[in-house]
Amino acid sequence: MPETVTLVVNRIAVEVPAGSMVSAAILKSGVNTFRRSVTGEPRGPLCGMGICFECRVTIDGEPHCRSCQTVCRNGMDVRTDG
Amino acid sequence: MSSKTYDAIIIGAGIVGSACAAECAREGLHVAIVEAGIVGGGATAAGMGHLVVMDDSEAQFALTRYSQQLWDEISYELPREVEHDACGTIWIAADDEELAEARRKEKFYADRGVKTEILDAQALAETEPNLRPGLVGGLRVPGDSVIYPPCAAQYFVDQTLAKGASLFLGVAVKAITAEGVLLHDGTSLSAGVIVNSAGSSSPALTRGLEVKKRKGHLVITDRYPNFVRHQLVELGYLKSAHTLTAESVAFNIQPRRTGQLLIGSSRQFGVDDAQVDAPVLTRMLDRAIEYLPGLGKLSSLRAWTGFRAATPDKLPLIGPHPEHERLYLATGHEGLGITTSLATAKLLVAQIMNRETPIPVTPYLPARMAREPVHA
Repeated sequence: MPETVTLVVNRIAVEVPAGSMVSAAILKSGVNTFRRSVTGEPRGPLCGMGICFECRVTIDGEPHCRSCQTVCRNGMDVRTDG
Repeated sequence: MSSKTYDAIIIGAGIVGSACAAECAREGLHVAIVEAGIVGGGATAAGMGHLVVMDDSEAQFALTRYSQQLWDEISYELPREVEHDACGTIWIAADDEELAEARRKEKFYADRGVKTEILDAQALAETEPNLRPGLVGGLRVPGDSVIYPPCAAQYFVDQTLAKGASLFLGVAVKAITAEGVLLHDGTSLSAGVIVNSAGSSSPALTRGLEVKKRKGHLVITDRYPNFVRHQLVELGYLKSAHTLTAESVAFNIQPRRTGQLLIGSSRQFGVDDAQVDAPVLTRMLDRAIEYLPGLGKLSSLRAWTGFRAATPDKLPLIGPHPEHERLYLATGHEGLGITTSLATAKLLVAQIMNRETPIPVTPYLPARMAREPVHA
């Protein structure tokens, strides 16, 4: 059995394999709108390598974190802006 | 060679030129607008869009106040993308000397019917919690507001075109002639009135104008709604922005409707190069972080520069050229062109139509810059 970590996405606990990216945990939680553009369009991970900035979410109170470049930690508090 | 004929040719579709064009068209004049780049693409796009009443001089106050009232009158009709936001300004006092200056401003404005409010240290901290502790207070000017200027310029151009005007876009004026203008593509336009409203490019078209480029930097951040709620300007700005020679930075930040923050400001003379100057940008951001320590953790999206059109006496040139019979000037607005564009248009058109101006125009007449005749 692989080691797992548990984090909170929009107040709901999500368990993922250790080493997973936050973007994967968000998708696993069933959310696919990570944020909204200025004109209100839904946005989510596109490049998966930190270039497009489309997957930004708020992590532990810090806005605009790239979820595809952030490794999940136990107890992490993730908020999407969908 | 054939030449198209108009009542008025407006050179430059920045905020000033486009406001002048719309006012001319409203007056029933047949207007041509010539813009070398894009509508609202120069200082209009580079600047902050702060509609601010200022008190450097009585003449500056009169122009900014009158113009702000004109903006208020049309605020309900401005398109959504102009992002008119009546957020107000807070002038920040970092020490007792600056608080004394805030009180002087309060009295100046009160004597002239402008509502303001002195904030003590606690009220300031409650109103803008991201400001650093230890500031002594500020002056809130609730009547000030912000807009997104390029869209306002486009709105004025659209109004002008709706009245049958012509727009020559992407072609520069090669020369202002006795009867009109000659464009770089060989087109010749003639008109009874030619208006040089080309901002920092205006001296290139009209020799002898006392207008110099004053470079500025701005940075825009990602969206952080409510990080600040007012346009915040340090009162130390008055010490740094007034010198006509030095390179200076001052804390000036503006919240946008999107939640983004525009961070300024810098002032440099004698620099023609539009590149971002890293040392100046660093000083500017360091200054902003002194006031808002949390700013350092936010992410910025872009930095850019622009050129203000500065005159020696800090007032714009609005009115007839002292020598060229058909030429009018509407330039030299430095950092206040967004605010004063509408008043400029009213003053210019009143002079063109030979009417009394809505406020006294003498302080802004180009003739004040006329040099003493040189005797051989």
